[in-house]
Amino acid sequence: MIHQERMKVVRQQQIAEDIFELTLTGQLVLDMKQPGQFVHLRVTDTYEPLLRRPISIASIDHELKEFTMIYRADGRGTKILSEKHLGEVVDVLGPLGHGFPVEEAEPGQTALLVGGGIGVPPLYQLSKELHAKGVRTIHVLGFQSANNVFYEKQFSELDETYIVTADGSQGTKGFVTDLLKGKAPTFDVFYSCGPTPMLSALEQAYPDKKGFLSFEERMGCGIGACFACVCNTTAATDKEYLKICSDGPVFPRGVVKL
Amino acid sequence: MNRLQVELPGLSLKNPIIPASGCFGFGQEYGQFYDLSKLGAIMIKATTLETRFGNPTPRVAETAAGMLNAIGLQNPGLEHVLAHELPWLEKYDVPIIANVAGTETADYVAVAEAISKAPNVHALELNISCPNVKCGGIQFGTDPKSASDLTAAVKAVSDVPVYVKLSPNVTNIAEIAKAVEAGGADGITMINTLIGMRLHPRTGKPIIANGTGGLSGPAVKPVAIRMVHEVSRNVNIPIIGMGGVATAEDVIDFLSVGASAVAVGTANFVDPFVCPNIIDALPQKLDELGYDKLTDVIGRSHR
Ligand SMILES: Cc1cc2nc3c(=O)[nH]c(=O)nc-3n(C[C@H](O)[C@H](O)[C@H](O)COP(=O)(O)OP(=O)(O)OC[C@H]3O[C@@H](n4cnc5c(N)ncnc54)[C@H](O)[C@@H]3O)c2cc1C
Ligand SMILES: Cc1cc2nc3c(=O)[nH]c(=O)nc-3n(C[C@H](O)[C@H](O)[C@H](O)COP(=O)(O)O)c2cc1C
Ligand code: FES
Repeated sequence: MIHQERMKVVRQQQIAEDIFELTLTGQLVLDMKQPGQFVHLRVTDTYEPLLRRPISIASIDHELKEFTMIYRADGRGTKILSEKHLGEVVDVLGPLGHGFPVEEAEPGQTALLVGGGIGVPPLYQLSKELHAKGVRTIHVLGFQSANNVFYEKQFSELDETYIVTADGSQGTKGFVTDLLKGKAPTFDVFYSCGPTPMLSALEQAYPDKKGFLSFEERMGCGIGACFACVCNTTAATDKEYLKICSDGPVFPRGVVKL
Repeated sequence: MNRLQVELPGLSLKNPIIPASGCFGFGQEYGQFYDLSKLGAIMIKATTLETRFGNPTPRVAETAAGMLNAIGLQNPGLEHVLAHELPWLEKYDVPIIANVAGTETADYVAVAEAISKAPNVHALELNISCPNVKCGGIQFGTDPKSASDLTAAVKAVSDVPVYVKLSPNVTNIAEIAKAVEAGGADGITMINTLIGMRLHPRTGKPIIANGTGGLSGPAVKPVAIRMVHEVSRNVNIPIIGMGGVATAEDVIDFLSVGASAVAVGTANFVDPFVCPNIIDALPQKLDELGYDKLTDVIGRSHR
């Protein structure tokens, strides 16, 4: 069930260059069911900026009714969001979309989690849930540069973690696919969120593996009503198109035409 | 007495608030939030004869107090709308206004004839104003003669009253309004979006894949108000006004310049409860202004 709620800021802190971690509390958390779902945030009550911003759910605490997001503050809306203090409220619409299917990995199996930049956050809740059911994970996280790296410690505490930076200032230099080529990890299923070229490269690198990819698109409504976020499909589905916001953002590999 | 009641051709509205076409799908998504029977009416997404995929993405870009869109009339096509979308809406006590789009007169006529027979469709909204498709009606919307002829052709086959949706992208909107009135239109809806463009700050290229898009949201309200003001003085058929409506005050403004009801588009994306919230706020607004009923406000700027 989707709700709209004015949720209270519990914590907000900068955790890397331009990267903020924000925790909100409210009833809406109780309806968060799946890692990889997102929320649509209105950051002001004025018309500037007008539209909501889609941000992934990075971790969920049902007991405390809290959830955390990690986001890059570089545009008009996210900058305003980064200035919200303890006790202030944020207008949240969510939880939205279909996330990563945790049930697709069996206990004892290994899952490869590949994230790029602001695609890394939803993998954190996913990894926690996979571990809770006894799935091993390998995390490969790509960033622009050492300054932008976040959650290395959190992921490392869960399992094997590799950092890749485009400029080589931390971890392996290059793209996540460069590291994967070298390491050739063995795994049963992969989950990924990040820029489309990265998702596309992964699909090509592992043609025989089961995989789930999370996509991004500019949105209007965020709930399936406006047809802003539609993507083309392949012959693998009988649907002629899919909406990233309500059918996704996560789809099985091979369904979205890349 | 229902203070918010408005009677229009084909439409007995319990209040003047109507979600605008393309901003409310076919109702299902917003039906998760509130009872759609609360609405005055619903304008459903443009329907064309065949399924349309629409334009490449990105299809939307935010602008100052507004947004650009170039969806490209994506819709599942007439057959699907008749078989699935309209029947789903039948459980609500709300009249449907079917937005009809096409490429040529024959498409409009075919869609209008079939969709006007659906039991819950109480009026048609002829979309001759979509700026986002190469030949999707705007050629009808910018030429008085074509607009009038198309209106007459659709009127001839429709079982329900026909409203014509005007484009603001013209030099003389009153002329088009008079032409569709002469063609037999029962009412006018206005305005559709204003053609605009937003550039990516880094690349200097348009953000929207289509290049141009239609501007909507609070930013366009002054333009819409001016146009409704002008058209209402030039025609004798009712107007459903729209463009940037987000509050009860906005509704009062549109009624003041001569609209009989209003449609709410972009604001639904910002606040999914905007329509019921406006409906709830209207009685108090009338009290503040000292009016008994909503219809007393209509056209007060002209008096
Ligand atoms: C399903 C989904 C999940 C996301 N999760 C995260 C996350 O966890 N952390 C994070 O930092 N970012 C995430 N993003 C990207 C985030 O939505 C954009 O970075 C953000 O909307 C930009 O807003 P702004 O105010 O900074 O920029 P502005 O330049 O002011 O944005 C202008 C408009 O463009 C839209 N826009 C700009 N960039 C993007 C983009 N990359 N994707 C979608 N819309 C965009 C904005 O929503 C807004 O409507 C996600 C996007 C999607 C679709
Ligand atoms: C995403 C989007 C899709 C739209 N689709 C349609 C459409 O299919 N048919 C139509 O007649 N108008 C369409 N419109 C125009 C609206 O119905 C309305 O005329 C316009 O947006 C102005 O109102 P607003 O400022 O309240 O949004 C669309 C507008 C938006 C923002
Ligand atoms: S954002 Fe409106 S349909 Fe996806």
